[in-house]
Amino acid sequence: MFFQETVSQAPQFFGLVPWIVFFPVIGLLFNIAFGGMILKRSPAGEKIVGWVASIASGLTFVVSVLLLVSLLGHPEGMVVPLAEWIKIGSFSANWSFQVDTLSVVMMLVVSIVGTLIHIYSIGYMHEDVRHNGDPGRYGRFFVFMNLFIVSMMILVSADNYLMLFVGWEGVGLCSYLLIGFWYDKGEDGIGNAVAGKKAMITTRIGDVGMLLALFAMFWAFGSLDFNTIFAKAPQVAAASPVIILLITLFMLVAVTGKSAQIPLYVWLPDAMAGPTPVSALIHAATMVTAGVYLVARSADLYILEPQAQFMVTLVGSATALFAATIAVGQFDIKKVLAYSTVSQLGFMVAAVGMGAFVAGMFHLVTHAFFKGLLFLSAGSVIQGVERGAHHIEHDPKLKKQSKSLGPDFDPQDMRNMGGLRSRMKVTFWVYLIGAISLSGLPPLAGFWSKDEILAEANKLYIWAYVLLAIAAIFTAFYMTRQVLMVFFGKPRSAAAEHAQESPPVMTIPLMILAGLTVLGGLINLPEFHTLEHWMEHTLGQAIHKAEFVMLVAALSTVLALLAIVAGWWFYNPRRYEAFWAEPAAKRPDDPLRRLIGPLFELWKNKYWIDELYWAAILNPYIALSRFLADVVDWRFWHDWFHDQALFGGFNRLTGLLAGRIDLGIIDGIANGLGTLAQRVAAVLRSVQTGFVRNYALSIFLGVVIILGYLLLR
Amino acid sequence: MIPDLILFFGLALVAVASAIGLLLSRSAVYAALNLILNFTAIAVFYLVLDAPFLALMQVTVYAGAIMVLFLFVIMLLGAEKLSTGPTLPYQRPLSILLAVILLLEAAYALFFRSSPGAPPAPALAGFGSPQAIGETLFSAYLLPFEVVSILLLAAMVGAIVLTKKPRRRG
Amino acid sequence: MLPIEYYTGLSVILFTLGALGVLIRRNALIIFMSIELMLNSANLAFVSFARSYEGMSGQIFVFFVIAVAAAEVAVGLALIVAIFHTKRNIDVDQINSMKG
Repeated sequence: MFFQETVSQAPQFFGLVPWIVFFPVIGLLFNIAFGGMILKRSPAGEKIVGWVASIASGLTFVVSVLLLVSLLGHPEGMVVPLAEWIKIGSFSANWSFQVDTLSVVMMLVVSIVGTLIHIYSIGYMHEDVRHNGDPGRYGRFFVFMNLFIVSMMILVSADNYLMLFVGWEGVGLCSYLLIGFWYDKGEDGIGNAVAGKKAMITTRIGDVGMLLALFAMFWAFGSLDFNTIFAKAPQVAAASPVIILLITLFMLVAVTGKSAQIPLYVWLPDAMAGPTPVSALIHAATMVTAGVYLVARSADLYILEPQAQFMVTLVGSATALFAATIAVGQFDIKKVLAYSTVSQLGFMVAAVGMGAFVAGMFHLVTHAFFKGLLFLSAGSVIQGVERGAHHIEHDPKLKKQSKSLGPDFDPQDMRNMGGLRSRMKVTFWVYLIGAISLSGLPPLAGFWSKDEILAEANKLYIWAYVLLAIAAIFTAFYMTRQVLMVFFGKPRSAAAEHAQESPPVMTIPLMILAGLTVLGGLINLPEFHTLEHWMEHTLGQAIHKAEFVMLVAALSTVLALLAIVAGWWFYNPRRYEAFWAEPAAKRPDDPLRRLIGPLFELWKNKYWIDELYWAAILNPYIALSRFLADVVDWRFWHDWFHDQALFGGFNRLTGLLAGRIDLGIIDGIANGLGTLAQRVAAVLRSVQTGFVRNYALSIFLGVVIILGYLLLR
Repeated sequence: MIPDLILFFGLALVAVASAIGLLLSRSAVYAALNLILNFTAIAVFYLVLDAPFLALMQVTVYAGAIMVLFLFVIMLLGAEKLSTGPTLPYQRPLSILLAVILLLEAAYALFFRSSPGAPPAPALAGFGSPQAIGETLFSAYLLPFEVVSILLLAAMVGAIVLTKKPRRRG
Repeated sequence: MLPIEYYTGLSVILFTLGALGVLIRRNALIIFMSIELMLNSANLAFVSFARSYEGMSGQIFVFFVIAVAAAEVAVGLALIVAIFHTKRNIDVDQINSMKG
């Protein structure tokens, strides 16, 4: 608002919007065409490939900034048509880019986090491809990453649900490709591929909901354009509210799939099989927030249907608490963050469900910063530990001294870490910033956004507030636990002891993200509500006037501090080292188990939800598939229907036709005619004696007869 | 009238007798001679019937040329005698039976179907003369006459081709 | 001049005798001669009818018959010679390779 007078004459760059897609397309085409060759020929090939991809991504950020500048002058935005796509009768779906305040926020988040993660990956993948023993895949990684940026940009810049769906599926594809990036690694050599498949199939279930929502929208509105649908929505809702309810609930199914909500969240923790930058970009910062964006984008539909809003809020807040508890019981550094992500996505979904679209989007932005930061730092930690392990392997003196790490050594297990604070200083500090932000302590970004959600929940749904507040306590607790286990105390493995800091190409993006995490809250501080005013242009009537409730903020801060204190009490270095020093046979795997053993077991095993799904859905499904394949398809269709009924019946019919009809009747007639002719000929042949005098006699007989006839006539 | 009858029956007797001789002769040579006699008798009938040109043609072409050709072949083949023995036992009685029936039919036609004719009037002068035949032949029957010449040519070529020994190759 | 029936009667008798010759004799040459006899009986009928109706056509026909007979004899005798060359026989009963 307050910009408007000063920059209303700002230049317009709306026409540039297709380039947010074209730049990464160019980047990925370049790397497809020349990446392999460059990697082979040039010693600096990895840098060239990585920087090409990073620059392609960075240029989208530049374009996004230009769009932002344009929007300052013309906050109503515009639709930039690129090409006609589908035109059937009155229905049309085009490649058009919607530039408005909501989509540009997403573009900015995707491009800035994406670019930083691209740059980080230049360093990270350098080691990762060597650690996993296939440097040739370096180029492929960046192709996939650019493809992800393309898909995500299509998703957020679409002006209709069909184009959005293209991006929606595109990011799903990239997610699948990148989770299974080391498809030949993992459990039994297929673990990562299985994780990718799980992500693909689970989100596909959600995508069915998306498709059904699209069909319902087409049926109800005859169009898939945002503007048409939102304009018509009040009328349609007045005429038949059920159809709006159906659309919004189908969309909720899509959201649970893509944004990892109950009941379809199970794929996200497994998705940590992908390289860590992928976890940061796709499975924390951007793709998984697509569901939140979808609900915010469809705000005009959701505000018409309180029941759907209630369902979304319920799913979101339940997921937030549920996943937060699981995170407490995890030992894998990335799994903790994964469940944390599920939990935080629950916060966002609950927020947009409540109608607090701005709060949801605000949390989306800050979460993208600090969760991206945390994942990248975790990647740095993991590689630090790997470097330590590598160092030991290649130093014979150290190898003798320290116990062998063995092939089962897991560089991601927090129990193998400890004491990294002094060994990886930069990583420690940025991690700490991310953790505090996630825990919700002021003045970091996470505090402001989470608090806004809590304030809204307090006002609208008190039960949601309770769930989310408890989730926030758990969040602070598990982050304290993680930070203490990873960075404090003494190293608990030789690898951790020799861990080394990551190169600047990785730490500099971390520092930038840390800066964003610190400052991210500025975009929607209480009293100013910059983001809210910004979003008003797009969300319009759907907007809630957020209030800063001091009591709520103070309460959540106190609760977070209490949780941190509790975390310190359980996991402070002295106590944890004492615990660790106990004989391995006597001590459980975690100090928390002494206090709440069964509950911890429950959390560690993720409530056995995966097992439940196996027992309740997958095994019966597989049994059904087997039954259908073996009995119905093979025995019934193939053996019985095809072989016996069709083939046998046909055989019998043809046998009948061939034997009875053809041989019996048709051939009988033909042969009978032949035989008849033969017999007649045999009779007539005897007339042909060959004696010329007989013939003469016949002629003479004829003469006599004819003469007799002539005379007697 | 009487001399006509005597002439007719005398000649008819010669003709029928020579025909029977042809029928019954053992040797082909005798058969040929009988046939020549028969042809000569018929030539006399032609004269009686005002066809002097045909009578002369009968003697020269038939009795002369054709029968000489027959005799020539008979001599060439030297097979005037044939093995005897009936090969077709029913042929002879059936033939005679049919011949009798034919004769009866002819007698029926002659005696009962035609009115007993008066002798025809004396012929006009020049009827059947070579001049009259020539005029008719070269006016109304010119085309058949020319066709006959081609027929004779063809017959001549055919006879040569048929009797020529197949040329051995090599 | 006798009525024309005399001549046609004689023609019938000669024709029948010729036909009998064809039917009874086995010597190809004699069969051939019998055919000539039949032709002559027909010629006699032609000439007598020509005399009876006082038209020249009958006589012209006889002229053609004689010409055709000459041609026929030439070819026929050539055939008999050819048959004799292959069969060494002119008994028509020995030639029945056309038996069906």
